[in-house]
Amino acid sequence: MAAWGIAACAFALPPEAVSHIAFGDNDAKLSAIDELVGRGDLSALPLLQGLLDGEVQTIGADRVLLVKGDTAVDAVSGQAVTPVPEGRDDVVVNNRLRRALATGIAALRLAAPEREVRLAAAKELRNSADDAALPAIAGALTKESDPEVRGLLALTQASIELASPDRATRIGAVRALAASDTGATKTLLTALLERRGNVYVEPDAEIRAAAERSLRAVDQRLLTGEILARIFSGISLGTILLLAALGLAITYGLMGVINLAHGELIMIGAYATYVVQNVFRLHAPAAFDLYPIVALPFAFAVSAGVGILLERTVICHLYGRPLETLLATWGLSLLLIQGVRTIFGAQNVQVENPNWMSGGFEIMTNVVLPWSRVVIIGFTACIVVALWLLLTRTRLGLFMRAVTQNRPMAGALGVRTPRVDMLAFGLGSGIAGLAGCALSQIGNVGPDLGQSYIVDSFMVVVLGGVGQLVGTVYAALGLGLVNKFIEAWQGAVLAKIAVLVFIIIFIQKRPQGLFALKGRTVEA
Amino acid sequence: MQRRTFVKRLALAATLAAGGFAIAPTTYAADTIKVGILHSLSGTMAISETVLKDVALMAIEEINATGGVLGKKIEPIVVDPASNWPLFAEKARQLITQDKVAAVFGCWTSVSRKSVLPVFEETNGLLFYPVQYEGEELSKNVFYTGAAPNQQAIPAVEYLMSKDGGGAKRWVLLGTDYVYPRTTNKILRAFLKSKGVAEKDIDEKYTPFGHSDYQTIVADIKKFSAGGKTAVVSTINGDSNVPFYKELGNQGLKATDVPVVAFSVGEEELRGVDTKPLVGHLAAWNYFMSLKNPANDAFKKKWADYAKAKKLPGADKPLTNDPMEATYIGIHMWKQAVEKAKTTDTDKVIAAMAGQKFTGPSGFEAKMDEKNHHLWKPVVIGEVQGNGQFNVVWKTKGPVRAQPWSQYIAGNETKKDEPEKK
Repeated sequence: MAAWGIAACAFALPPEAVSHIAFGDNDAKLSAIDELVGRGDLSALPLLQGLLDGEVQTIGADRVLLVKGDTAVDAVSGQAVTPVPEGRDDVVVNNRLRRALATGIAALRLAAPEREVRLAAAKELRNSADDAALPAIAGALTKESDPEVRGLLALTQASIELASPDRATRIGAVRALAASDTGATKTLLTALLERRGNVYVEPDAEIRAAAERSLRAVDQRLLTGEILARIFSGISLGTILLLAALGLAITYGLMGVINLAHGELIMIGAYATYVVQNVFRLHAPAAFDLYPIVALPFAFAVSAGVGILLERTVICHLYGRPLETLLATWGLSLLLIQGVRTIFGAQNVQVENPNWMSGGFEIMTNVVLPWSRVVIIGFTACIVVALWLLLTRTRLGLFMRAVTQNRPMAGALGVRTPRVDMLAFGLGSGIAGLAGCALSQIGNVGPDLGQSYIVDSFMVVVLGGVGQLVGTVYAALGLGLVNKFIEAWQGAVLAKIAVLVFIIIFIQKRPQGLFALKGRTVEA
Repeated sequence: MQRRTFVKRLALAATLAAGGFAIAPTTYAADTIKVGILHSLSGTMAISETVLKDVALMAIEEINATGGVLGKKIEPIVVDPASNWPLFAEKARQLITQDKVAAVFGCWTSVSRKSVLPVFEETNGLLFYPVQYEGEELSKNVFYTGAAPNQQAIPAVEYLMSKDGGGAKRWVLLGTDYVYPRTTNKILRAFLKSKGVAEKDIDEKYTPFGHSDYQTIVADIKKFSAGGKTAVVSTINGDSNVPFYKELGNQGLKATDVPVVAFSVGEEELRGVDTKPLVGHLAAWNYFMSLKNPANDAFKKKWADYAKAKKLPGADKPLTNDPMEATYIGIHMWKQAVEKAKTTDTDKVIAAMAGQKFTGPSGFEAKMDEKNHHLWKPVVIGEVQGNGQFNVVWKTKGPVRAQPWSQYIAGNETKKDEPEKK
């Protein structure tokens, strides 16, 4: 709003440029934008920003207004116009204008008093600056005191100055670019080293040598960034597999129930999130960003409830009969899918990310970590730790392990095995629900959601070694990383095939999985 | 349990399950003309196809309200092939041989069209296909109301090469792994080469149907784009688009740096996606909801009223898109042809279809070509806005004739521009 206030009292903009911006064709618009930016006058900012945000409107063939909500300001004089007139037309911008506007606004903002604004402007210029921005950058550099902004600006200046006719400027620019970590710099430097026929594009050997040194430094940094990004995406995929498989690691791994309805429990968790989201949107739109906090326990409760119901009514009669369990749970999964389809419709539903889970944060120019994935990685880590504590430090965990390892003995010692079964199954289902809640933030939510995770889940549990939680963790992360590295090298389709082939071979060689359960177990 | 019993039970359960998905046809009076509606109402393509079923029902209701065809009401028979390509063929056969429908409106993906094609040719049925596709096909039994490559893909790429489109020099061709993206990219690759784009400046990538993890792809696009002005041509189909666009937004790849032009993303696919980070990405179609003309206003109003009356999901924010327009045009043209032929006999209707005209919601008069079973359509290119609508940045002066056999595929010079008569 501060900029708005300035606009209202600042002196007028040149009417001709404003009129070109509003009524001219794209070329006229561009030159008018350049003119306004070239004046280096901050009072043009609201108009340029408004143009970018689609807030500039015209009336008839001469009046230009900046309309924000229900207030309007004359773009030339800066006077408020009340009431907002009718019959307005939008001024339309396309990508080409948007690019020019973003660069122009950034160049103007380099003179802003706030450090954050200047930093954002410098980052914006990094990608898009050309000769026209050079004076603004050079001017800003003489005044800038913040080292980070200075660094960015110096790099941008250097990449523009590479084309300078002056040899000393060029050498300086090439040397300065060694500190860069963008792919664009690599392209610029590589171009210097190219040959056309037998002649180098850059005739000066000293500049070429400097370029080679700088290129090596940039390459090194780019490679580090790329590997970091791959590892992150591998871990992210791994945690998603892990989330999907954790519940199954309990119901199948510990209890031995081949639960083909596991995917549907994930799906139910995702739909529970959807319901909570809708309730928030309807009744508490102000607190919308907090909905995941309510959705998590709700998804857990709903999925656990459905899981316990399934266990009590169907699965508890089938312990020790794996084939019947397989068939029954498959039938149950179809029932659940059709049930959800009847209630919510066959189409996908939209689960919106809360604001704090949108966007990402940049650790290097070529490594951006999306918040949603960072949050899910942290969340998965919490669940794994909590589950581990539950299994090793609580009475219920002790009972669960006892029943898994030797059911008749545990029963003989007074453990109520049916109750433990029920709770364990409920726990596994509840964790599936939590997985659904997390997956709804990055993928699609539809009745078939579970189908796409069930195979992966079994894959992870079997690979990790049935009955071993730690095996599941290693297997999930391992598969995620392997998948992502193959994808980077051979594409997504082949990566999926390669992983399946790998698992088939692995299970042939080592049927017990990565980690075999040690100790005296009794087969049920 | 013995293995054999198990397998039998499994098969039994599967049959029961499959049976459960079929939707029972509504019964009408005996004296009706039946038409089939063959769109996926579940699975990965449901995001795109469900509204086509609804708009078809709306058009039929509209025709019935004005007296039907040849004095009879049209009776729609809706089936759900569930994004399962072989099931498309089964359902098509059921519609033609059991329900004896006069025409079928349906299919979205080319793989589903390819799977029903033999059925329509064998039984001499009539299919109206409402979606842009890769061309390379011309069947006497199919009318293509969507765009051929020269009515969508080629103009879009030309626009991105132009000064206003950003003057792209490097190209990422990204698609779902099946026949439409593969063929379109083959055409585009040949086209780009004819424009002097070098092999190293084209990167072709595919993902499986339903793919949801686009981290690597987006990172690769970023890396590729460092080498010069880059544009992405996306032929991703179905619900994979949502995670793809989410990832683009999250990783901060803006349209001003790397514009993405999509051929299968319209208003409906962007429903619920936060489009603010996506402003400026493009789509090429023959119709946008944002087009301003009286025919479109009427169409939008009709659809909004219909969606509200039928309590369709999303009725609070009714959206129209290009394949809906194509479906709507297709049904009306079929009606006109039936009236001209005075019968629903397939061969006579096919003959009557040639040269049919209908002013669609795009505001242009669409014409069924006299020979090649494709519509003459205008091409419009739009940029995504913050509100999920498209803002038209380029369009052709008038309708363009379709070229199903692209000149950019070798061997097409000799192909005839009309279906082989049997």
